[in-house]
Amino acid sequence: MSGSERVEVRKTYKLYVGGAFPRSESGRSYVVSDSRGRFLANAAQASRKDGRDAVVAARKAQPGWAGRTPYNRGQVLYRAAEVMEDRREQFVEQLRAAEGVGQRKADTFVDAVIDRWVWYAGWADKVAQVLGGANPVAGPYFNLSVPEPTGVVAVVAPAGPLLGLVSVVAPAIATGNTVVVIASQPHPLPAVTLGEVLATSDLPGGVVNILTGSAAEIAPWLASHRDVDALDLTGVDVDGDAGELARDLEAAAAETLTRVRRPEPGADWLATPGLDRLSWTLETKTVWHPIGI
Amino acid sequence: MTGKTFEYAPAPESRAVVDLASSYGLFIGGEFTAGAGSATFKTINPATEEVLAEVTEAGEADVDRAVAAARRAYERVWGPMPGRERAKYLFRIARIVQERSRELAVAESLDNGKPIRESRDGDLPLVAAWFFYYAGWADKLEHAGLGTEPRALGVAGQVIPWNFPLMMLAWKIAPALATGNTVVLKPAETTPLTALLFAEICQQADLPAGVVNIVTGAGPTGQALVTHAGVDKVAFTGSTAVGRGIARSLAGTDKRLTLELGGKAANVVFDDAPLDQAVEGIVNGIFFNQGHVCCAGSRLLVQESVADEVLERLKARMTTLRVGDPLDKNTDVGAINSAAQLARIRTLSDTGDAEGAERWSAPCTLPDHGFWFAPTIFTGVTQAHRIAREEIFGPVLSVLTFRTPAEAVAKANNTPYGLSAGVWTEKGSRILWMAEQLRAGVVWANTFNKFDPASPFGGYKESGYGREGGRHGLAGYLR
Repeated sequence: MSGSERVEVRKTYKLYVGGAFPRSESGRSYVVSDSRGRFLANAAQASRKDGRDAVVAARKAQPGWAGRTPYNRGQVLYRAAEVMEDRREQFVEQLRAAEGVGQRKADTFVDAVIDRWVWYAGWADKVAQVLGGANPVAGPYFNLSVPEPTGVVAVVAPAGPLLGLVSVVAPAIATGNTVVVIASQPHPLPAVTLGEVLATSDLPGGVVNILTGSAAEIAPWLASHRDVDALDLTGVDVDGDAGELARDLEAAAAETLTRVRRPEPGADWLATPGLDRLSWTLETKTVWHPIGI
Repeated sequence: MTGKTFEYAPAPESRAVVDLASSYGLFIGGEFTAGAGSATFKTINPATEEVLAEVTEAGEADVDRAVAAARRAYERVWGPMPGRERAKYLFRIARIVQERSRELAVAESLDNGKPIRESRDGDLPLVAAWFFYYAGWADKLEHAGLGTEPRALGVAGQVIPWNFPLMMLAWKIAPALATGNTVVLKPAETTPLTALLFAEICQQADLPAGVVNIVTGAGPTGQALVTHAGVDKVAFTGSTAVGRGIARSLAGTDKRLTLELGGKAANVVFDDAPLDQAVEGIVNGIFFNQGHVCCAGSRLLVQESVADEVLERLKARMTTLRVGDPLDKNTDVGAINSAAQLARIRTLSDTGDAEGAERWSAPCTLPDHGFWFAPTIFTGVTQAHRIAREEIFGPVLSVLTFRTPAEAVAKANNTPYGLSAGVWTEKGSRILWMAEQLRAGVVWANTFNKFDPASPFGGYKESGYGREGGRHGLAGYLR
């Protein structure tokens, strides 16, 4: 190496909580390697306290986010797609490093991720028209059902660096929920970069909070947390002994009747999504009013 | 205070943001092209009568060429394109409209005469929102409750009016494109400019050639378009008389048709209504956009016990309306769109006098040039008067009274039209009862003239058929 060669400035990968990028309060980190085992970076290893901080941030952001017009939320999600498209090369590179996939496959996944933001952006102001509506009750009453966000959704993101993560986060926030998500442990770097996209997409701080580290360590604290309204276990490992974790998390959630979505091993994230990831984080509110002079 | 009021200083919006060409061709197959003939017409600023640009008058050969371009684009590009890719073009258009919204708002006010406050804060945000909303539907059509495999119709021929030129374009083009159709659109002859600027936006968005075609002209151009054998779907917004003619000429063909026509909406004010709020609603209902609104609240039905009080407050409010330069940001009421429309308003208003109603106009100084009509109300109007039955399409309100809710309903529904209605009362159950009884496609309660891309709009009876906006707005473009 010649003495004049420039040394690159490397990025510190941190958590994304409340719109900021803090290190783990625990001061811990873990080594992230590429597909061939070479060192890529140290990622923050989030703790129980980080999880709780993230729930506080998500709760604080929730009323304001749900109070935005659906049109406005749709535009913010679309903005995330715009910003991501702008940084697509960075994501392609990170996917190639993280998974050792070729250019074409990485392109396919990044395309799908961007398109997924667009898909859910469009749902923000349509979901009520598809899942809600007037009910023809047998009496002189106006009766209308409307979907509303359940609140704070804690998510264990599926394995894989990016597409699964966006596929579980975007539908939850499209309808006005806020999210605490534990990124895939072996692939945290694209998740942190996604946080940078969201931080520059007019998404209010705290709407999406991204933790990196061990789901087995953090998820139990989120599952039993009284201020978490829904628990998405999509990415929880169910192989062999690991299956107990999913059951324990679901049982912990039962104490506060937190809504639970069970693990989804082998999900095809490239397929066009249906409505179920939108509907499961929604409550239905029905309003009655008499009709008469 | 001694009752002394301060005058408003002029606050004109700069027209320098608009760069109009001196003449415009037709937008066919992604390019501006000359017409086959040499016919042109001039579009003017109705506030000054100044010529803004010379525009091509499309003849049958031009319409033929536009329909062929739309057909080609439908078969080769737009029809086969996956919805999620079509969506991205519509999102692009929405974004470019947002980016150029100041320029488009000024152009709209110049060509149409509407106050910049309305074009800037009303028309343009809705135009962008319409494209954004329908962009999102393009890849979700199977979720719209219209069958599991909804398919496009083909080429849509669309004819729009002059009262909301760019907004009507958005109402027509956004759902048509989202559902996979291609379009040939004819803007009104007095307001073609923003449609031609929209053609530039299609170019900036790299929209495939032929997906949107704009042909300018008057009635004969529109007639050539809607009767063209290559058109699968006709969408028209305009007068009931023309709509009836289109329905007649399409009889016996396979063409689908949706019509959004005239109205004579009742705005019903009950004695328990919050009166100041109601007066604002009455003013907005009839003087918004100079009353050039198909859903305008042109018949005020006020409960007898509060009629005097409402009229007193209404007149007081009307004296504060600022009529004048559409580009002035303080202007409430702009110019009448054309000499012909002004003549129509005058003629109908004169029948009000002749038939015995009492006219009152807000005291205001009207400019020397251009087309103007002072905000006017007629009291002592009966249901038999022409001004209570016919659409004036200007800033003229007919006031009638009622005693009971049943009488209000009977009078409100006593019209061949059925586009919209307004209800003002503090009682929720009465709002809903009135909404049930009124034969109108849109009922506004304690508000008026509200529009949103998520909300269906359209009429009962002779106000037309089909709905634009919302999930329902997709149905007119799908089989």
